[in-house]
Amino acid sequence: MDIANQLQRQFMDYSTSLHREGFVDDQFTQLQKLQDENSPDFVVEVASLFFEDCEKLINNMARALEQQQGVDFKQVDASVHQLKGSSSSIGAMRVKNVCIAFRSFCEAQNREGCLRCLQQVTHEYSLLKNKLQTLFRLEKQILAAGGSIPIVE
Amino acid sequence: MESCYCIEPQWPADELLMKYQYISDFFIALAYFSIPLELIYFVKKSAVFPYKWVLVQFGAFIVLCGATHLISLWTFTMHTRTVAVVMTTSKVLTAVVSCATALMLVHIIPDLLSVKTRELFLKNKAAELDREMGLIRTQEETGRHVRMLTHEIRSTLDRHTILRTTLVELGRTLALEECALWMPTRTGLELQLSYTLRQQNPVGYTVPIHLPVINQVFSSSRAVKISPNCPVARLRPAGKYMPGEVVAVRVPLLHLSNFQINAWPELSTKRYALMVLMLPSDSARQWHVHELELVEVVADQVAVALSHAAILEESTRARDLLMEQNVALDLARREAETAIRARNDFLAVMNHEMRTPMHAIIALSSLLQETELTPEQRLMVETILKSSNLLATLINDVLDLSRLEDGSLQLELGTFNLYAVFREVFNLIKPIASVKKLNVSLNLAPDLPEYAIGDEKRLMQTILNVVGNALKFSKEGSISVTAFVAKSESLRDPRAPEFFPVPSDNHFYLRVQVKDSGSGISPQDIPKLFTKFAQTQSTATRNSGGSGLGLAICKRFVNLMEGHIWIESEGLGKGCTAIFIVKLGIPERLNGPRLPFIPEVSTSHGPTAFPGLKVLVMDENGVSRMVTKGLLVHLGCDVTMVSSSDECLHVVSHEHKVVLVDVCVPGINGYEIAIRIHEKFTKRYERPLIVALTGNTDKVTKEKCMRVGMDGVILKPVSLDKMRSVLSDLLEQ
Repeated sequence: MDIANQLQRQFMDYSTSLHREGFVDDQFTQLQKLQDENSPDFVVEVASLFFEDCEKLINNMARALEQQQGVDFKQVDASVHQLKGSSSSIGAMRVKNVCIAFRSFCEAQNREGCLRCLQQVTHEYSLLKNKLQTLFRLEKQILAAGGSIPIVE
Repeated sequence: MESCYCIEPQWPADELLMKYQYISDFFIALAYFSIPLELIYFVKKSAVFPYKWVLVQFGAFIVLCGATHLISLWTFTMHTRTVAVVMTTSKVLTAVVSCATALMLVHIIPDLLSVKTRELFLKNKAAELDREMGLIRTQEETGRHVRMLTHEIRSTLDRHTILRTTLVELGRTLALEECALWMPTRTGLELQLSYTLRQQNPVGYTVPIHLPVINQVFSSSRAVKISPNCPVARLRPAGKYMPGEVVAVRVPLLHLSNFQINAWPELSTKRYALMVLMLPSDSARQWHVHELELVEVVADQVAVALSHAAILEESTRARDLLMEQNVALDLARREAETAIRARNDFLAVMNHEMRTPMHAIIALSSLLQETELTPEQRLMVETILKSSNLLATLINDVLDLSRLEDGSLQLELGTFNLYAVFREVFNLIKPIASVKKLNVSLNLAPDLPEYAIGDEKRLMQTILNVVGNALKFSKEGSISVTAFVAKSESLRDPRAPEFFPVPSDNHFYLRVQVKDSGSGISPQDIPKLFTKFAQTQSTATRNSGGSGLGLAICKRFVNLMEGHIWIESEGLGKGCTAIFIVKLGIPERLNGPRLPFIPEVSTSHGPTAFPGLKVLVMDENGVSRMVTKGLLVHLGCDVTMVSSSDECLHVVSHEHKVVLVDVCVPGINGYEIAIRIHEKFTKRYERPLIVALTGNTDKVTKEKCMRVGMDGVILKPVSLDKMRSVLSDLLEQ
């Protein structure tokens, strides 16, 4: 039980830090609330879907922006829009904010700006992935130790 | 030899004489032969000689004479009979011809003489024509001068230049000695010398206007010769010379005020100036008719030019005035704007600054109330609390009022429960009424709709204020509140003729009457009631406090709701009735602004709020689709997911109660889906409810959703509570 409590406390601190640093926002909390006995792995499933989506979109955007003969900004914009939608659904706040800036560069057809944003997005995404994977590992450890995942408001 | 009649030379010594005769005859013959030749030669040269045959006759005559003299040469010596015969023939012929010529000359010479007379006559005529040509040329030149003068005069719009030019050009054209212009003075009783040609600075001579000579000039439109001795013509110092002839002409001055569109000014109202022209004094020149005509024409042109100049001056002045006024107005407007901005800034700041300490005071005093206090302390704290509440209300009122006055306040429309509003007001005033031992009754008409569209908060504020006033000013008795739907006859109030209520299908007019049996209001105070800060002076009201703003604010709110508020009272002590009518919307399923962004009110439903509710979710984005599904599954719904509009239209059936469509995805047109679903399901109970999911909260999106027939709009990202409340509200309808 001690280990479980310790792990739970660790989980809570980590969760709070994620919120504080702006990696996730309230939407993520909502998702966590949706997790119950009927769908115990809801958050993990949504997160993996998000990561797959992200990678695909980032690759698309990188390929589109590398075109030497005229970048198809419409395509890039569509991808950014998708990414923004996905990130706001899951509550990935920082990724979403970069997407907003990204969109304005796309509208201005600024290739340099777009490349910079793409870099930022990739960076944020990998950070988020790491953090969430750590969080999920903690969850698994808590469950393995026989505890229950605390709800962080 | 006695038969020969020839004279024998008796004197052989007179051979000399004979020789001379011989030579003379020879020369005579020569001359006689050469004269016709000369004649012929010269006549041939001249083409116009009408008497050729006369010449021939003459020529014949001369030739024959010559022949005779020639032949007589032979008669000086012994000659034969032939010679004598020839001589005789020629003499006979000569005689005939010369007689014929003599006779003919009798006819011809008168003719020739008459030619001469005709020639003289023509010469005279030519001389006369020359003279006349000279005259015409002079006239034409004069005409040219007039045209040039006119051009000069009309080429400028400056009055002084016009007059100066006129005088100068006239002086030049007519070679005048002096030319002067007399203008009427302001009083109109005198003529003042304004411009002269030679004298540079005319002295301000004045001459009374009613002199007979002046009247004579003014009464005729022609140039009139006047005596050089009359006062207007005495422009030069009297000299030894005989002054030249003087002519004066009137110049009509058209006054601006004479310009009326339909009535041209009559002659009697005209003012005239006088132009005086003097010929050089030591010449014997006289005024010719054409010169007088020139002067008259010039005078007319000058009149026209002067009136143009006057109009121009006037309009320039008017325009300058307008520009000045414009600038002043602009400045005033900018100052007003600055003032308003300053006031708004001030209010905003003061509002915040005033509210913060206010809240501190109220909060802390209420906290203090909860602690242990002695009765005096409690009394003190209660007074503090009451006063600070009053002050807070005052601050709110003032801010509201100034926002209302700017027009910057807008009603927050929404659907609300009308009955609930009245009930809440009733509940709020019941305690105070019972304390004052007043009976309060609430009557709601049965035809009053349960739900209405309007600004709930402000409506409640208005009702509260009116009812509160009724409470405040009644010491005993009862207060009754009635509310019903106003019909068109009762809508019009004779006291408010500008209030024209227009009933329509989407709106109804709510009429609320609050009757109290309190102190009443005297009729002359009634108009002042709604002016802010004005309070009636009766002693009864002075104790009840209040800022005097309440009714003013109510009136503004009621006006914003396109209604009308007034108070009736029969007099002091007879109670009064406050009545107001406001326009509220009727909520319909499809019409009217629905409540898209429902505030997050968590209802008391359990987690499985909607068991088995079939929901169709259309979203292109995999992640958000999954999240939405998770939300709905958590709420107990049966979720079907589609990722394209075609799939959505394919799958949708009357079993699905709700369709959630993401509309902010470019490409897939969520609005299209809504329209198609409307087309597919014509019966209302078969059609699923359509809700849009969007990231945009602006009015355009909302309106678009309404237009295509969506039943609701949810802002992404969706929280559990939001989804729950939206669904429950939708399903309650």
